[in-house]
Amino acid sequence: MENQRFFDEMFLADGTPRPPYAAYAAWFGAEDPRHLRAKNHEAEAFFRRIGITFNVYGAKDADERLIPFDIVPRIISGREWAHLEKGIDQRVRAINAFLHDIYHRQEILRAGRLPPGIIARNEAFLPQMVGVDPPGGVYTHIVGTDLVRTGENDFYVLEDNARTPSGVSYMLENRETMLQMFPELFTRLQVRPVSNYPRDLRRSLCDCAPPATGGDKPVVAVLTPGIHNSAYFEHAFLADQMGAELVEAVDLQIHAGRVAMRTTRGYQAIDVIYRRIDDDFLDPLNFRPDSLLGVPGIFDVYRAGGITIANAPGTGIADDKALYSYMPDIVEFYTGEAAILKNVPTWRCSEPDSLKYVLENLKDLVVKEVHGSGGYGMLVGPAASKRELAAFERKLRARPSNYIAQPTLALSTVPVLVKKGLAPRHVDLRPYVLVSPKAITITPGGLTRVALKEGSLVVNSSQGGGTKDTWVLGD
Amino acid sequence: MLGRTARGLFWMFRYLERAENTTRLLEAGWRIALTRAGQKIPGQGANEWDSVLTTAGQHEAYTALHGEAVAQPVINFLLRSPDNPSSVLNCVSFARTNARMVRTALSSEVWEAVNECWMAVKQALSRPVTDKTLADVLSTIRTTTAVVRGALHGTMLRNEIYNFCRLGTFIERADNTARILDVKYYVLLPTAAFVGTAVDNTQWETILRSVSAERAYSWLNGGEVSAAGISDFLILDRRMPRSIAHCMMKVQENLGFVQPAGDPRLPCQDLADALVARVTNRDISAIFDEGLHQFLKSTITATASLAAQIEHDFRFYG
Repeated sequence: MENQRFFDEMFLADGTPRPPYAAYAAWFGAEDPRHLRAKNHEAEAFFRRIGITFNVYGAKDADERLIPFDIVPRIISGREWAHLEKGIDQRVRAINAFLHDIYHRQEILRAGRLPPGIIARNEAFLPQMVGVDPPGGVYTHIVGTDLVRTGENDFYVLEDNARTPSGVSYMLENRETMLQMFPELFTRLQVRPVSNYPRDLRRSLCDCAPPATGGDKPVVAVLTPGIHNSAYFEHAFLADQMGAELVEAVDLQIHAGRVAMRTTRGYQAIDVIYRRIDDDFLDPLNFRPDSLLGVPGIFDVYRAGGITIANAPGTGIADDKALYSYMPDIVEFYTGEAAILKNVPTWRCSEPDSLKYVLENLKDLVVKEVHGSGGYGMLVGPAASKRELAAFERKLRARPSNYIAQPTLALSTVPVLVKKGLAPRHVDLRPYVLVSPKAITITPGGLTRVALKEGSLVVNSSQGGGTKDTWVLGD
Repeated sequence: MLGRTARGLFWMFRYLERAENTTRLLEAGWRIALTRAGQKIPGQGANEWDSVLTTAGQHEAYTALHGEAVAQPVINFLLRSPDNPSSVLNCVSFARTNARMVRTALSSEVWEAVNECWMAVKQALSRPVTDKTLADVLSTIRTTTAVVRGALHGTMLRNEIYNFCRLGTFIERADNTARILDVKYYVLLPTAAFVGTAVDNTQWETILRSVSAERAYSWLNGGEVSAAGISDFLILDRRMPRSIAHCMMKVQENLGFVQPAGDPRLPCQDLADALVARVTNRDISAIFDEGLHQFLKSTITATASLAAQIEHDFRFYG
């Protein structure tokens, strides 16, 4: 593989470490490689004991798997982070303004900045939310902005994840693991802490409490589909860390206009619900009638100001792939500023010229389903076989509006520890953003996902990706 | 606390207790098999493995599948057979599933202990258990479940979470002790023809071993083994942590913490009080007069009703 094609975040072309990695590289050079490999194994045992596992849908006899963890941290300088922070803050502000607009006056459509029909015909648009005012005016309480890097100063937003972004427990546990295994590193480098996240999350959610809140301390609950959900560990983890109840739909009922949970002493009203189930399943009376995961009538309580649902229903329209290509316009429309973070150039296959280009250049492009996620239903042109390309071409011709295409980004690399030492692997970054009426809080760091297979560009945990601890330096 | 959480805690500890009890039963059974292989229990036409199966409540299920009760199949049936929902492997795995469900209510030490217990037991029972491996397997189960109990005592707040864990433990244990005694009650009847024979002593020894009390009993009674002594010890002696009296007192006490004086009194508290009254200020001879078998049968039934009432009063299901 020609490494020069990709930006190596740790090393310059001559093999010397870049400034943010200098102290780490010096430490690494002095360590015994065998000792480090042993630490890698230790990390795995640690994760398994704690039970940080995820369930893989459709996998046989593998109901609980570990996401591989790599002990080489991904390091971001304070200066780089400040830039990202500004860009994310701007983007998240714009997304919330956009959501409010789209579910109220739809100024952006009136101004002709979006093509007519892109909202109304979009499955992610939730007509039930029209005219609804979420408590505190916040739509996306939690956002996980997926970023990729292609050069020294080139960061792109890949996805906005405005529904229920997952993975934050890995950000926290990865750091815990590193602190336990390599305490000496944290005395040498000034790494900004991530451990405030659960407290910040709780405060941020409480700041969005609904008008109906009784006491001065809002009751917060995390709603999980249950122990078989792939992210159950994270749901339990967050509830635990926040001191919130972890509830399932079977625990909930509507009582006197409030959403209430069944306790050993009767029903108790909940003020803020951090739900980890999709819109569709939230309320069988208002959305999918066959949902067993939801609470019948919860949406009516929501509309009447009886509960805060985080994130608000209907936020999916903001991270829909069909709208993604309009994000720079959306940011500009609502903030009056040019977007700080770049968008990946995107061809909308619904447009005939774009479709033609995409079909002609399929082997160089990444094609995504408009409503897909988790790396499923996706074609990575350069890695695909002739047959896969042909099959995808047929799909594209059959339903062009179902796809967008992007150039294959030269994702940056960070080394991972392999048998022979360090080897570059492609990474992305998901910082976590909290939104309340008072503040937008971005935890310094986030989840770095790494494609462990040499040359692979797919970082999803369901497709052989791993994670790294992400360090933002306090420089 | 959520009703579902209380349910998860209660069942997590019932299952752990059940796994331990089965392990102890097998230990006692195995010891007898080593010393008196194949010997029939007098007057029963059955051997020790039959009685182990009956105590575990699995005799019917086992015979339907395997016929005669012999060491290897019985041991594997009780430890790891997928056909046995109460196998140790299943119990530990149910305990862990419940622990996952109520994870936010447990200290991380307790969660990690039960998770490690599950990993160790799953590993130990991944292959059929043989004469050679049985001792190690039983020891793995005993030590890893003990760590869970230790973590519970050492790291959990003494609040209602702890109380529901304890309720599960003592309900299951009371039931188990009553069953052990009931399966062997005929040995304890003073009128039985074989009293005083060597086999008889073995039977008593089995009873004591299956509740890990042979040393304690000898120490208290100076080696004097008698039907009244054993029954008194396992039914009425509050110092004995597996006696029915001890278990019921603990159930009553934990219910009292969950529902302190001043709170509305719950029906399950009345049932618990009644169960405590049966084993308080009584002489063992009074129980023998009532009929030991009758007494044990009604204890098992009353314990089951109490468990159901607890589930209802604290909204475990709805």
